[in-house]
Amino acid sequence: MTGIAAPTRPAPASRRPALRRFALALLAPLVVLAPLAGHAALGGERVVHREKSLYRDILVVESDGQRCLAFSVRKRVTNRQSCIYPAQPERLALDYTRMMLIGLYAQPAPQRVLVVGLGGGILPQALARLVPQAQVDSVEIDEAVVRVAQRWFGYRTSPRSAVAVQDGRVYVKRALRAGTRYDLVFLDAYDHEYVPEHLLTREFLREVRAVLAPGGIVVANTFSSSRLYHSESATWAAAFGGFAQLELANRVIVASNGPLPTVGQLRTQAARWAPAFAPLGIEGTWLVDLWRADPRWNERARVLTDQYSPSNLLNR
Amino acid sequence: MNDTTPRTATRHRAHDFAVVAIAAWSGFFVMAVELLGARMLAPNFGNSIYVWGGVITVFMIGLAIGYLLGGQYSLRQPSLGRLASLQLLAAATLVPVLLFGGPVLDELFVLIEDPRWGSIAGSAVIFLVPTIISGMVSPYAVRLLVEDSRTSGRLSGLLFFFSTFGSAAGTLLTSFYLVLVLEINQLLWSLIGISVVVSGGILLASRRWRAPA
Repeated sequence: MTGIAAPTRPAPASRRPALRRFALALLAPLVVLAPLAGHAALGGERVVHREKSLYRDILVVESDGQRCLAFSVRKRVTNRQSCIYPAQPERLALDYTRMMLIGLYAQPAPQRVLVVGLGGGILPQALARLVPQAQVDSVEIDEAVVRVAQRWFGYRTSPRSAVAVQDGRVYVKRALRAGTRYDLVFLDAYDHEYVPEHLLTREFLREVRAVLAPGGIVVANTFSSSRLYHSESATWAAAFGGFAQLELANRVIVASNGPLPTVGQLRTQAARWAPAFAPLGIEGTWLVDLWRADPRWNERARVLTDQYSPSNLLNR
Repeated sequence: MNDTTPRTATRHRAHDFAVVAIAAWSGFFVMAVELLGARMLAPNFGNSIYVWGGVITVFMIGLAIGYLLGGQYSLRQPSLGRLASLQLLAAATLVPVLLFGGPVLDELFVLIEDPRWGSIAGSAVIFLVPTIISGMVSPYAVRLLVEDSRTSGRLSGLLFFFSTFGSAAGTLLTSFYLVLVLEINQLLWSLIGISVVVSGGILLASRRWRAPA
């Protein structure tokens, strides 16, 4: 997960104008951060671990047999990034993680997979079990998130599952230059409260498209609401020509550098994957029933670009 | 004031107002450039904490050098016209950034693997020069306002107030509002345009004031 705009603290007041100017410059972002910083009491939930990273407060909370990774606490509701059932480590606790696995219906035999945004490492762990032949590369900006994923969520690296502590955009650009191509890319770097703006632009999505192997699939977990929903849609359409989506509380966007699968093909794959997916909590054709091949949005919405990307201002 | 004829008093007041206006606009300008510059770095160097570290480091170094140079420059025939020219020059140095900044940043991405050094180099390319020249404005403006040592503290305090307030306004307006309306390059061109109007206008006016005296 990517951090918040200017995670720096103001310098102590000083008579020197440079420092004062610097401090004032930093006040604006802090005003925005203030409401996110408070630790509200968590009703019925137990905080088992809490740490401040370079980017945010990381919490591990437990309730009802679930253990969740949360990045900030607001209005007594934890903002859950990843959840597991420690007693049933295979089962996927959150809808969005299950929804993202539709990527395996669209690309059933990936050789190389990229996961941008580690969270609790749930997705790479599931992929290591489901497609053990694949090389899974994860990239996470926050070193502390990697540690928490390993200690509390059973995330394990291996020769076939690696993690790089790096900005996702930089990672994709370096991979492009190195000639690495991915059959499947999962983008899980956005959340309710913060969208890394440079990861939601036409240029970035074109870079993702370019890093896909022929017929490659990208699956993104998104949380946009209000105006951002429409701009996000326009941006994906501008980069990929079109996309499909699955929408519950989150919207999972699926796009490809080739044709997207038909519902018939998805059903075939759903049947094929059913035995492996059942223990994860994905039953029958649930994912195929959620699939929408012709999403609608306000066509007048502005495409987000590296020149124009006020995602967080649009998402409220 | 020694000279109490109404005309001269008005001229002094207009002169001082112009000095403060340039300092305030320069404060606005430099923070807007810093924010937009950081935005320009993100596609190649990302948004990690050390990218912000690089941006702020280059920015502070630029201002530090600017203060030193501005203080020295104020020793030689200081004038309102020269102050306005400094701010205009800072704005003019954005033109090559606008024309060549993108390709240069792409080239730096290829040359420098480590995003920490990459962001420092990228920040230096984008806004070191405009920041140095903008840094020269504050001490130079103090020199133009202060007439004796007794009032130097009060007047430099006043000047820092306006220039820092301008910085706050530049930060807030740019990050909260302007990026919703315009693209980065359009905003940079607007900053240049406003500099031409504000500082160019003051430069012309200062020539007229000087002529009859």
